[in-house]
Amino acid sequence: MKEIALHLLDLAENSVSAEAHTVHVSVAEDFRKDKLTISVEDDGLGMNEDAVKQLGDPFYTSRTTRKVGLGIPLLKEQAETCNGKMNITSTPGIGTKVEAAFQHSHIDRLPLGNLTTTFLTLTVAHPDIHWIFTYFYNPPFHGSERVFEFDDGPIKETLDGVPLTHPDVITYLRHSLEEGFAEARK
Amino acid sequence: MPAVKSLEELKKIREEALKKRDIKTPSAHVQIVVGMGTPGIAAGARDTLKEFLTMIEEKNLTDIVVRQTGNFGMDSVEPVVQVIIDDAKPVTYGKVTPFAARQIMEEHVIGGTIVQANVIPS
Repeated sequence: MKEIALHLLDLAENSVSAEAHTVHVSVAEDFRKDKLTISVEDDGLGMNEDAVKQLGDPFYTSRTTRKVGLGIPLLKEQAETCNGKMNITSTPGIGTKVEAAFQHSHIDRLPLGNLTTTFLTLTVAHPDIHWIFTYFYNPPFHGSERVFEFDDGPIKETLDGVPLTHPDVITYLRHSLEEGFAEARK
Repeated sequence: MPAVKSLEELKKIREEALKKRDIKTPSAHVQIVVGMGTPGIAAGARDTLKEFLTMIEEKNLTDIVVRQTGNFGMDSVEPVVQVIIDDAKPVTYGKVTPFAARQIMEEHVIGGTIVQANVIPS
């Protein structure tokens, strides 16, 4: 994985596998605290304590096609390398929250990467899931913190039968995301 | 807090799309499914999917649905993409870089000829 945005995609895909209906993905860049936090929270199947404990182990996976699962262990190692940590809370029947924090300025921290592409692909290619994306930006010197929230619920409702892959809809979504991020970082 | 682009704009897009669709069949002809498990993502599946979306925008194609799924279980040939056109047998492609995605879109989805070089024999 070369980008934090790809880890987010990977985590989000876990939520889909866990039969989530609503998934909240958030990214917080806090330059004043020198911290980058990402989280994915779902209302999927959830896991019991034993399963959560084993998640840091690359030889644990719930999958049946292969015996190793590298997504979570990789993220954990990367967070810890960057003076951060990863935390997972989960309750069977309620859902799961995965959170990872990094020292923003750490030399080994992966670049954030392309959040627009990650969010666009999730929204378009998982039409049955309700995605809520939040981007929080706290600038380094002055200026107040800003939040960009992208909730695809009203969008999917408005479209009512017109596919998300309609060319004009893709353009609309891409512009909404690009402008939202640009505005928050201004 | 920056506002999300207006839903009014989206409603217009919807109405336009429905007007044009009246003369065509209601369901999509083409389904493109991209494997987005950890190995797929690590091999670049997100940018492959993005390339399909970019081409839909560029060529203004309206009959295509793009979806992502979990692991196809073919790690050594990721990114893996399945193309399903109408009732034809699904064609599974391996090592679909954005470049290959472009080729599959032009030759297979639009042109109707399977891109043999990337086909995974089933």
